[in-house]
Amino acid sequence: MITMALEFQGVAQRFQGQGAPVQVLHSVDLSIAEGEFVCLLGPSGCGKSTLLNAAAGFIQPTQGQVLFRGTPIQGPSPERGMVFQEYALFPWMSVEENVAFGLKARGENPEKIRTRVAELLAKLRLTEFAGRWPRDLSGGMRQRVAIARVLALDPPCLLMDEPFGALDALTRRSLQDELLQLWAELGKTVVFVTHSIEEAILLADRIIVMTHRPGQVKRDCKVTLPRPRDPADPAFNALKQEMGQLVMAEQHAFEDAERKSFTAD
Amino acid sequence: MNSLLNKLARGLAAPVLILALWQGICALGWVTPQALPSPIAVGLKWLEYVLPSQPYDGNQSWLMWALSGELLHDAGGSLWRVIMGFGVGFVLALPLGLVMGANARLREFANPLIQVLRPIPPIAYIPLAILWFGLGNPPAIFLIALGAFFPILMNTMAGVSQVDSIYLRAARNLGASPGRIFLKVMLPGAMPFILSGVRIGIGTAFLVVIVAEMIAVNNGLGYRILEAREYFWTDKIIAGMLSIGLIGLGIDLAMERLNRHLLRWHRGMQ
Repeated sequence: MITMALEFQGVAQRFQGQGAPVQVLHSVDLSIAEGEFVCLLGPSGCGKSTLLNAAAGFIQPTQGQVLFRGTPIQGPSPERGMVFQEYALFPWMSVEENVAFGLKARGENPEKIRTRVAELLAKLRLTEFAGRWPRDLSGGMRQRVAIARVLALDPPCLLMDEPFGALDALTRRSLQDELLQLWAELGKTVVFVTHSIEEAILLADRIIVMTHRPGQVKRDCKVTLPRPRDPADPAFNALKQEMGQLVMAEQHAFEDAERKSFTAD
Repeated sequence: MNSLLNKLARGLAAPVLILALWQGICALGWVTPQALPSPIAVGLKWLEYVLPSQPYDGNQSWLMWALSGELLHDAGGSLWRVIMGFGVGFVLALPLGLVMGANARLREFANPLIQVLRPIPPIAYIPLAILWFGLGNPPAIFLIALGAFFPILMNTMAGVSQVDSIYLRAARNLGASPGRIFLKVMLPGAMPFILSGVRIGIGTAFLVVIVAEMIAVNNGLGYRILEAREYFWTDKIIAGMLSIGLIGLGIDLAMERLNRHLLRWHRGMQ
């Protein structure tokens, strides 16, 4: 039997909000193979980020478990590198120091850290920004630094929480291309949360469409379009339409529920 | 160059006007010199206060002689007490604030005590300080430490608890140990708050030193201006007050430079 990179087994999550507890996830079962690029797609509040946080080990699910390479996840680990929508770069460290952070934490020797950091900065075309503060960089550059920072530790798995959600359309496209190149070159497992249908189709081997809260898997869909994919391609568009209907149904359910809870208050 | 001169002229306009007015009032004899000596008299007194009182006798080094003026001696004494007292307060408040900011249970435990003690002005501790430590430097340092302690403690606590949890998650994800997270993430993340606490703390320390010297110590700037009152040396009182002001300004400028350096990464600091 092949061990999966990530396995979600009956993962349910409840949060104690103000008043009644909120059921965010309702029993999610999902297996992700080594080297697979999987997008989690759904409306806001469908629990896709919660699922990712459970895979990162930031939260323990209320029920069920998440396995990484067959072992239950107990807490955060550099083998599942997380990329946040808000970049989460340490603003008091230069670009270089941010990228070196994980290597220093691991106790690598300074010489090795220097070469590894230089290599990553070159790969993500950040070399001339090595000494800059994060505040001096554009959003796209910051997200490149954040990607370099997790790649420094060579994690077998990347968890990306709407990483390009805050970027403008052009920057987003170019980072999507770069991510695909890195993925093809490094062969890492990628779990990528997004609410953009087009982004999911452009990137993923497999798209997991999630239902509105409490989230569960609505559709597990393989994307077989050859890469590089072209958004103008009719097959791309057909898939986009199909996915669009699935997601929009959930989006409407989300809006209705929100309206209902508002009038109930 | 021209704009610099312009700026200087604009900056000096108000003080020059006030000095002229003051000199005019004194020259017209509207006030007695004992109530308000003229600025020129104050300036002369100040010079006398700064310069060595004895002529150079050749026995000591020239530098020692040049620095032997009463004002420099007093300022040195006051500054020394500020540094010692502030140092004690800082060394106690910073680690405590870091730990309490990071640990909610400890915060809940200690918070009621802190809330009760914090509003007591350090000056209200003077009788107790004299009972405990007698006269001289020890009670003064105790009071100054107390004055610096609370602002640094409160700000450090607030600073640590406001560090965005996303940085902590990122650091844990990158494999950082709790110790490393504390030193490399929480401490720098809290630094803007800590430094503003330090700034308030050093301001309070400087305020307390003057009062402590008026009561418990027999040298320093605070002692000197109170002593001058006994002899009705109003010019010396004012010269002393101006010196206190200048030193306070110097400390504040130094703090600002330190701020600028330590927070050079910070948005809005440029």
